[in-house]
Amino acid sequence: MASKSININLKIWRQKDAKSKGQIETYKLDNVSTASSFLEMLDQLNEQLINERKEPVAFDHDCREGICGMCSLYINGRAHGPASKVTTCQLHMRSFKDGDTIYVEPWRSKAFPVVKDLIVDRSAFDRIQQAGGFVSVNTSGRTIDANATPVPKHDADRAFEAAACIGCGACVASCKNGSAMLFVGAKVSQYALLPQGKVEATERVLNMVRQMDDEGFGNCTNTGACEVECPKGISLENIARMNREYLFASVK
Amino acid sequence: MAKSALLKSSLAKKYWMALTGLFLCLFLIGHLLGNLQLLSTGKDAALNFNKYALFMTTNPAVKLLSYLTYFSILFHAVDGIVLTVQNKKARPVGYVKNSASSNTIWASRNMAVLGTLILVFIVTHMTNFWAVMHFDKKMPLQTVTIESEVMPGMPPQTQEMYVTVEGSYIPVAAVEQGMISIQNRTEVYRTDNNLKIAHLYKDLYKITVEFFKDAKWGLIATILYVFSMLVLAFHLYHGFGSAFQSLGLNNPKYNLLIKNFGKAFAIIVPLLFAVIPVYIHFFLK
Repeated sequence: MASKSININLKIWRQKDAKSKGQIETYKLDNVSTASSFLEMLDQLNEQLINERKEPVAFDHDCREGICGMCSLYINGRAHGPASKVTTCQLHMRSFKDGDTIYVEPWRSKAFPVVKDLIVDRSAFDRIQQAGGFVSVNTSGRTIDANATPVPKHDADRAFEAAACIGCGACVASCKNGSAMLFVGAKVSQYALLPQGKVEATERVLNMVRQMDDEGFGNCTNTGACEVECPKGISLENIARMNREYLFASVK
Repeated sequence: MAKSALLKSSLAKKYWMALTGLFLCLFLIGHLLGNLQLLSTGKDAALNFNKYALFMTTNPAVKLLSYLTYFSILFHAVDGIVLTVQNKKARPVGYVKNSASSNTIWASRNMAVLGTLILVFIVTHMTNFWAVMHFDKKMPLQTVTIESEVMPGMPPQTQEMYVTVEGSYIPVAAVEQGMISIQNRTEVYRTDNNLKIAHLYKDLYKITVEFFKDAKWGLIATILYVFSMLVLAFHLYHGFGSAFQSLGLNNPKYNLLIKNFGKAFAIIVPLLFAVIPVYIHFFLK
């Protein structure tokens, strides 16, 4: 596809550090190739800012292949921007038109405090994961081969779909309640569906939900925004499965 | 087991929201079936409706259900307020630009506003009908006009009669003549020996019809009632299917069925409710 250049206006959230009060700053950026990714566009902006002896915009990024879950950004009112099932690094400037004004904001959640500019602290997800998102295995050297435990194909597929969650936090960011239930639902499901995960299933769901609540995430009201905005297409089915798991676990 | 797992956790709040919500959906069906009798135009329409109203206010099983309904309404509302407050706290700083309409439907984002309007409606509605039926000292009683031919060739005489629960008729004039007295709103006593001889029906039919046909307020009441049903429709449009998801009942095999049934329920039930006052105000003679 032939690329062309566009000129855009950016309205970006700038915040010095966690304690400072932030505000939206406006930048004009010319000659942006439509073939560049959104993050490459921000790189270009930062070069411009550095040349102007200004502080570059801080934003999270790592693999730039859509699988690490590091990039974020609330672009024009949507998590990871207007394209469907892509992370910000996989969003390209061809999704925008010449002269567009693009708002770029950090994820907004009490549990994801802003560190600087567009970077938020997502360690709340790590703590939820640590509360139960694992399978305890004996690593003494007498481990059994994974394939020795038969897993029905249907369950394996569902577990794999749940495991596709990269923990980027788009679900929390786009939920009007700042709820993390799609993330936790996916993490609970990915183990609950497999025989290896059944052993610790009861404690896992209770502990992960308790940690989720303690972190200050909101309550799900089934609006479905998370499912629409999830770059990995994690389904609401996972939240329902977590609801079932939790219901059974709490009466056990 | 976590002690607060079934009361305080985020998921528990969803379960209670869903359970009370679905119970209230059942209540809506029951209430609607009762109300639809108001569309009946037969000679005994009023009497039949009042007989039904008496049953609904005295039958022990119905009483139990009604207490469960009051509880559900209160719990659903309180739970909703707690959820809304917590959810607001979960995002202390909002977005400058947010495009919520690209990933959610309007009703799902406004359940709290819709719910509050419904609560206002319920309070008003209960003041207008429920409180009158239960506590109003001036509640009218069911009467019928009976024509009787006194003498052949003479015009028939009409007489207002109370209809008793026991199945007899007592002339209204008997009260004025001092032969009987009505105590405790519906009990008929003989004046001479102070014996209870019958029970009367409260005329809820008359209260309802006069409420919506009132020259001054009838039209406004009808419009507000229809508006409230529209609000209810939006609330149900999201709420019905949402309750199933909250209880973990999500299965690709049945999802479409639940979704479509919920949408049909959300449109048909409020529509039928709304038809009744419109009929009374504009078409009932």
